[in-house]
Parts: sequence; C-alpha cells; structure tokens
Amino acid sequence: MKFDKPATDNPIDRLQVVGQPRDRIDGARKVTGTARYAYEHHDVAANQAYGYVVGAGIAKGRIASIKLDAARKAPGVLAIVTAKEAGKLNKGKRNTARLLAGPEIEHYHQAVALVVAESFEQARAAASLVEIAYAPTKGTFDLKKVKDSGKKPEGDDPSLDDTNVGDFPGAFESAQVKLDQSYTTPDESHAMMEPHATLAAWEGERLTLWTSNQMVAWGVADMAATLGISKDNIRIMSPFIGGGFGGKLFLRSDVLLAALGARAAKRPVKVALQRPLMINNTTHRPATIQRIRIGATREGKITAIGHESWSGDLPGGGPEVAVQQTRLLYAGANRMTAMRLVELDLPEGNAMRAPGEAPGLMALEIAMDEMAEKLSLDPIAFRMLNDTQVDPEKPERPFSMRQLGECFRVGAERFGWSRRQARPGTMRDGHGLIGFGVAAAFRNNIVMKSGARVSLDSQGIVTVETDMTDIGTGSYTIIGQTAAEMLGVDLYKVVVRLGDSAFPVSAGSGGQWGGNSATAGVYAACVKLREAVAQKLGINSGEAVFEGGDVKAGNRSLPLASAAASGPLTAEDTIEYGDLDETHQQSTFGAHFVEVSVDTATAETRIRRMLAVCAAGRILNPKTARSQVIGAMTMGAGAALMEELAVDKRRGFFVNHDLAGYEVPVHADIPHQDVIFLDETDPMSSPMKAKGVGELGICGVGAAIANAIYNATGVRVRDYPITLDKLIRHMPDAA
Amino acid sequence: MRAFTYEKAASPAEAATAAARNAEAKFVAGGTNLLDLMKLQIETPTHLIDVNGLGLDTIEATPEGGLRIGAMVRNTALAADARVRRDYAVLSRALLAGASGQLRNRATTAGNLLQRTRCPYFYDTAQPCNKRQPGSGCSALGGFSRQLGVVGTSDSCIATHPSDMAVAMRVLDATVETVKPDASTRSIPLAGLHRLPGSTPHLETALEPGELITAVTLPKPAGGRHIYRKVRDRASYAFALISVAAVIQRDGRGKVALGGVAPKPWRVEAAEAELPRGAKAAAKAMFAGARPTDENAFKLPLVERTLAAVLAEARG
Repeated sequence: MKFDKPATDNPIDRLQVVGQPRDRIDGARKVTGTARYAYEHHDVAANQAYGYVVGAGIAKGRIASIKLDAARKAPGVLAIVTAKEAGKLNKGKRNTARLLAGPEIEHYHQAVALVVAESFEQARAAASLVEIAYAPTKGTFDLKKVKDSGKKPEGDDPSLDDTNVGDFPGAFESAQVKLDQSYTTPDESHAMMEPHATLAAWEGERLTLWTSNQMVAWGVADMAATLGISKDNIRIMSPFIGGGFGGKLFLRSDVLLAALGARAAKRPVKVALQRPLMINNTTHRPATIQRIRIGATREGKITAIGHESWSGDLPGGGPEVAVQQTRLLYAGANRMTAMRLVELDLPEGNAMRAPGEAPGLMALEIAMDEMAEKLSLDPIAFRMLNDTQVDPEKPERPFSMRQLGECFRVGAERFGWSRRQARPGTMRDGHGLIGFGVAAAFRNNIVMKSGARVSLDSQGIVTVETDMTDIGTGSYTIIGQTAAEMLGVDLYKVVVRLGDSAFPVSAGSGGQWGGNSATAGVYAACVKLREAVAQKLGINSGEAVFEGGDVKAGNRSLPLASAAASGPLTAEDTIEYGDLDETHQQSTFGAHFVEVSVDTATAETRIRRMLAVCAAGRILNPKTARSQVIGAMTMGAGAALMEELAVDKRRGFFVNHDLAGYEVPVHADIPHQDVIFLDETDPMSSPMKAKGVGELGICGVGAAIANAIYNATGVRVRDYPITLDKLIRHMPDAA
Repeated sequence: MRAFTYEKAASPAEAATAAARNAEAKFVAGGTNLLDLMKLQIETPTHLIDVNGLGLDTIEATPEGGLRIGAMVRNTALAADARVRRDYAVLSRALLAGASGQLRNRATTAGNLLQRTRCPYFYDTAQPCNKRQPGSGCSALGGFSRQLGVVGTSDSCIATHPSDMAVAMRVLDATVETVKPDASTRSIPLAGLHRLPGSTPHLETALEPGELITAVTLPKPAGGRHIYRKVRDRASYAFALISVAAVIQRDGRGKVALGGVAPKPWRVEAAEAELPRGAKAAAKAMFAGARPTDENAFKLPLVERTLAAVLAEARG
C-alpha cells in the first residue's frame, strides 16, 4: 500500500480496540517467565555449548602475541576463536569497528577471542588463561582537548550538512539581547537489563540465530556481509528483548562470536556479553560540546539562533546530531547549525534513545531558560513568542500538526506553574531549596516502510506475522489491537508473532518510528485480507463492515471465520510512503515540567514530581504509551542527575563499566510522574494517524531538571550530569 | 572464576585451623562480595571454608551492659534488632542506608567489615592496581578518582573502604573478637582492624593468616542523638560519596566518624574536641594531612557542610 495522500476515514477510526488502554498481550508471559529471552532458548537446539568473550585490555595498538595453549587444555574447552582462527571477515555496513579484533585493536574491550566450553563456568575459567601481549600505541581520548581538530562530517546524509538561513552573524551581532553559551553532555550507556546475547546453530550452510536485536533485517544483512554468506542462509529470531534503547539496533559481537564459535565447536553456542564488556565493547551515546547563540529583540522575538556541536567517534564513524531540533523548534529569520566530528579512539558511538534531540535539547532548552531570564520573560511565554507553525528554514513547508503551545498551556495548569517564583533560591521546604523547571519536548516523526502478513483460520483466529520487534514498548499489543480493529474481532482472537526474519520485513524498533510504521504495515496487510474475505464471502468489499466477529453488508451478516472454512486465508502487504513527510514537517511535541528539591547542606538533588504533556498523533494504546513516556522521563532524569561514562583520558576507556559504577535512577529517585496525551490525530503520518512517542518522553527532560535546579539554587550548571560536586561550591551557606 | 575446593567448617577454631593450612583459602559467609570478586577473577581462592553453619548468629547482652553481635548476624537482622534500634540507632541507620534489601538479607556482620574496595580500577583486571597486584602501580591516581579517598591514602593506593556499617561501629567504639588457628582468642578495637595502605595496600587488616572474626562487641549505650547521613548521587543503592556517623550529646560534645573518604572508617578522636565549636573546626582537624585529587576535592567541603547539618539536627 502506498501512503501518499492524507488519511481519510478508515476502520481504525472506530477506536473499539485501538486507542484503548489494553493490557499487554504478552504480559502474562513476561511475568511468568515464559517469554524466552535470547539466552534462555535452552531447548531449541540440542547440545548447546557456552562462549565467553575476551575483550582487549588496551584502547589502541596491536596484539603482539597470543598464547592459547593453556586455555585449550583447560577442562571442558571445545574451541577458541580469534581473528586468526576466524579467517577473513568483512565489516557490516552499520559497524564502525570490527566485531572481532586482531591483530589491530581499535578500542578497549573490543573482542579478541571467544572461548567455547561445555559449561559457562569452564569457558570463563579458560578465558582467563588466554595470554595476550599487546603493543599499545598512542590514542586520542579527550574530546575537549582535540575539539578544534573537528571536521565537517562526511556523507550524503543532508542532516549532516551545515545550515545557514538569512544572515546569522549580522543578526546576532546587532541583536538587542544576546546569549552565547557552551554546554556539555557526557558519554552515556544504554545500560539495559538484558545484555547482548545470542544462541547460534549451524545446519550445513544455514545459520540460525536466537538473539536480542531491535532491527532484524539489518542484523541479517550485516551478518551476511560480515561472514560473506548469502542472506538466505541466515535466520534471526528476536521475539523478546530485555531493553535496547538503540544499543541493539546493530549487529554486535555476541552474534558474530556465537556463530564463529558454533562453527568451530561444531555445536550450537550461546554467548552473552559479560556486564563489564557491555559498556566498552558495544556502542554508546557520544559526548557533546555544544555552543548556542541566541539573539532577540527586547520584546523577546528571536532574530538569530545558532547551534554548533562537537562530538567524537572512531575513524569512519559519525557525529551525534545534536543540532537537529534547533532547525525546527523555534522561529527566527536568521539561523545556522553546524556539527564537527573529531576522531577519538574510545569505543564506537552510535544511537541511544532519541539520538540528536536528547542531548541537543539538554543544551538548547537551558539556553532558552537563560535567555528568558535575560529578557525578564516567563520561560513558557518566551517559548510561545517564538512558536511557529512552519519549518523556520522553509516557511512554505508547514508542520503536519504542531500543538506545542497547547502542551505548555495544559501542562502549566495541571502542574501549577503559576506558583513558580521567578527569582531563584526563594522557595524552601524544610532542608530543601525548591525549584520548578520547564522545557519543550521535540522529536521528529520518522516513517519507515513496513511489511506484515495476516492470516485467518477456520476458528476465526487472526495471526499476524512481521519481523517487527517488541523492545518492551508494547509492539505485540498495538499490532494485535490494529488487526483486531481492522477485522472486527476481540483482541484475544489475534495471535501476534514477531521478530523472525522469516516474516515480512518491518520498520523495526528505533527512532520512535516502530509503533506507527509497523502498525501501518499491519493495517495494509489487513486491508488486503479484508478484500480476500469479502471476495470469499461474495460481499462487495467496499460495503463490508467487519465487527463483532462478523462481516456485514446491507442486511447480510456472516461469521468472519466462515471465510476460512475451506482453508486459511492469508494476505501480505507493505506500507510505503510518498512525499507527505517532505511536503509537511512531521514532528512530535511536548512539554516537561519538573519540581526538584536541592538539599541546602549537601546539594543532593531529588526530583519531587514530573509531568509530561505530549502531542504525538493518535495514541494507539494509552497504557503502553504512558509506560514508554515515564520510562523515557526516568532515563532523562538519569541523564540530568547521574549518568556519565567516566573517560580515563590516559588509558582510553570508560572506567565505570558495570551497573554499580554507571548509576541509573532507582525507584527512590523517581517519586511521581504524570503524563497527559493531547487528543490528536495526524492524517499526514499514516493510516493509523499516529506518530512516534517512545523517545519524545526523554527529549527535554534533562533541561527541565537543570532549569529547576537553577530555579531552586540560583546556580547554573551547564555541564551534565548535574551532580552535587558542581553545585556545592556555589551553594549558599547552609548553617 | 578458578576451580576451588569447598568445606563446611564444624567450629570457629576448626575453620581458623583449616584456613591456616592453605594460604589460598578464604572464608565464605554471605558471599555478597567474595563471589562477585571470584567471578571477575579478582579473588582467586583455591579453597573455600564455609562459615555459615557455625552459629555465631545471635545478638546477646554483655556483662558490661553492651551487645555482642555474632559474626554471622545478617545485616537485616542487626538493623532490625530492638536493642540496636533503641540504643545504637546510628548502626541501624547506617545498615539500612547500605546495599539493598536482598543483599542485607544475606550479608553478614564480619563479612561487611571485610568487604573490599569498590575502586573501579581494582575491578578491572586489565588495569594496574597495587591492591590487586602488588607493585603493578595505581591507575586511580591521575585517573577517574571522583569516588576515591582523600585522607589516609598513599602514593600506592587511594581506595576507600565502602562499608556504611563499619563507620557506625567505629563511632560506637566497637571491638572485634577473633579466634586464631591455635584456638586462642583476642579482641581488636575496630580502630585497629583496618590498616592504612602505605606501600602495602594489599594488606588490608590486622588479622593474621587464618584468624576468624567471631563477633563484634559494642560498649554500653552512650546515649545522645544518633545520626547517620549518607550522601550520594542517587537516592538509594549507591556507595557513599561521603557519609557522617555521629553520636552527639546534649551539651554538644560527641563522636563522629566518616565514610567514603578513607581506606577505613575515618575517625580522628582529637578532632571531636572541636565539635562544640562547630563543623568547620572539626572537619579541618579530621582532614589534617588530606590529599584529595582534583576530582574528589569536593569531598572536603561536602563533609564540612554535611557535618554542620548533622550537628544542627542533633541540636534540633
């Protein structure tokens, strides 16, 4: 199905099932432990052996020698794979560094060997006997130090280009009120609960992989490329994923090493990346240094806005696109953005939940708060003065739907924003300085081609198959709701099967495109199935109404199941998009409100309440969407207050490489969260009229917290995370 | 993890004897620290002596009016004990500020005292660490040191002792009872249990080979306000950036020990004379000779401010 005209009325608009706060259809399996994760497929292949990964002990250099004899002789050892044993391996399109290193080492904990043994414990014990001597070379690890060597990122992607509209330098120079500030965000880790894990089994030339991957088709393609085998010989299954956040978008070393280990041991092999490897072996959100300049009239109209960002990556990698929201969020005739990329020898940077906007808004939305203060304007009023219904770079291009103002209005009322004191440091409760903070949320809505297969059997059971993944987001449920709505059956009549490369290729889960795109693909397949059903029943498909398990037309009503009486009916289709996302800017919007308390003595910041108001198209399931948004707000709280991969700038690695050292919020950090979804349908986005929402929730939260801390203390911290050591020297005397 | 042999000891003295027979043996109690370290191959004992079956799990009144806490009393039980809550509240508060409910259910009194540092370089076997591998150097000096020690440290090691419980026990003037392989017993004041690193950071306690802690005794209750204030980046389940354990009397005199700043629970008795004059003077005296890094120098003003808040709370 080609979606190239705005959606009109369709069966989804009935909202009998879609849009309802239904429980997760996979919920019972999750809580009873019967939803199998990658490492738990104990019975799918007999005779499974265990792999243990050896990570490089240096950041850059070469392996001078590697001795395997002692490890080979250790009890239970079946095989050891190193780059030498593995032979020629290519690199997948989406990988920057090699997944199995040797003799060159590109980053710390890059995999250099896999030890396969009868038991996990034997593999682990033997791995410690692998003796590696390294010849280290000097690396570059300090972004701040080498910032000025940054180059314009290479590549055809227009989002990497410098942008210039009007006369930014002139307008900024002559602006009545100006801000020119720098902000930094640190490297961050996805730190998901389930580590990257894979079970690999070969049958002749055919390779089956049970893994944990957000983008099944990308995984197949990059695995085929890496091994130099046909995609047809690879099957990936990733039915349940214990958190990904972008860390599982790509083929990682667990997959490759499990496959190589299985080939060497001639047995199925499972590999889970050890927790200490997850942080340096895989990808992370790169640190940024951002400079923001805003010029405005005394009344608060922005006349010039400029945003530059510096980030680093391994050679051949890409930048953190931290400026992208600044091209679209606020009006202003004169504008510029630019990104510069430096080469660093830290592990490879890549997407983490809302790449670009998450760190970009952490900077931009502090800058807006600072500017509002300079203008003596309320921070919401300042933002509303510069709201826009068109793409500020191309005013002929409207937003498909933009309710940013309504988000602020509704949020301010619900939160009690009018109680905020404009003068910092003036609200107090016991030993806490109280502050309110606000920030805009913004994340683009990306639409992706997505396919699905839907079948109907004689019992009236509808089965949906697509390689779409559920990374905890609720994909199973909203896909089930979509099929139930389209075919007029109860949700329990729908079976949803996901995450198998044998199924039609979907949008996958990333960039908050999955929910809208994948359900639109299911919609397309259901339209075809409805036609097949109507034809089978001798009903004009244009007149057919599917409801209550029946198909009705005029005064006729037939059970849906009867269409499959002589055999199942199956339909497959793919949603493809025209240029609606070019003629119209499709984005999602929100407003975050936060109240914090900062301890007068210790400067510990604790969040007291959070509110997000989201305008993100049709909400397919308010319950799972809310879960997405509060999870994202929690992640934003982590980014604001504690999350930082500590770089050892001499040795070139992230030092705090476990969940004790890399702190993410615990329950006690997140007291009360409220989420409001504005009633919105966006006919430009898809037949579902939905948009992404899973990443919107993290966008802007960090800045809202930073602004609340400023409001509480009068101390403006521009370097995340805002830990107490950055506040304490500037805090008023406690005693 | 290296392969190891295992035995269940029949009595404390036999456990000590068994440990003395094998230099590579370790006692295992709750295992909340040791097993993690074994999996990471930081600890590589070839023999484990399980002391879980030895009893040593009761809290009894002493003839002197204090409490004798068995080495195997779990942190949860100790924190919940009515006598501890009433007379040694700083200890209950410190225990409940540490770890998680699950860990406290398992972790023991003696094991808590003997837990090892959480310095991230100690935890990464590819990095030099004088504590893990004597003579290999200290990666933390000049590295990521935000969490690490500011006082009592050395050029060889700036690791901290991570316990909350031990800080409270230090302020309560606790004493450790042990049994040696020859079945003799002795008492070690807690102040003397942990060693400063000097040039031998791998030697962490005054315990002799095979010597087993059997109990911790607390002197008779000293009264006063009992406060434990733990400061950290997140609200729960994190090691202290700094902590302050205090027992403050009505007249302003009192005792203070610090966590998160030194290789052992940090108490400077001479500094306590300054307490009636306020936090500034006392903190200054406690930090005499401190050598913070650029990254952890904030701990000095943080302790001073936190101590001021603790003293204010005690007055209030």
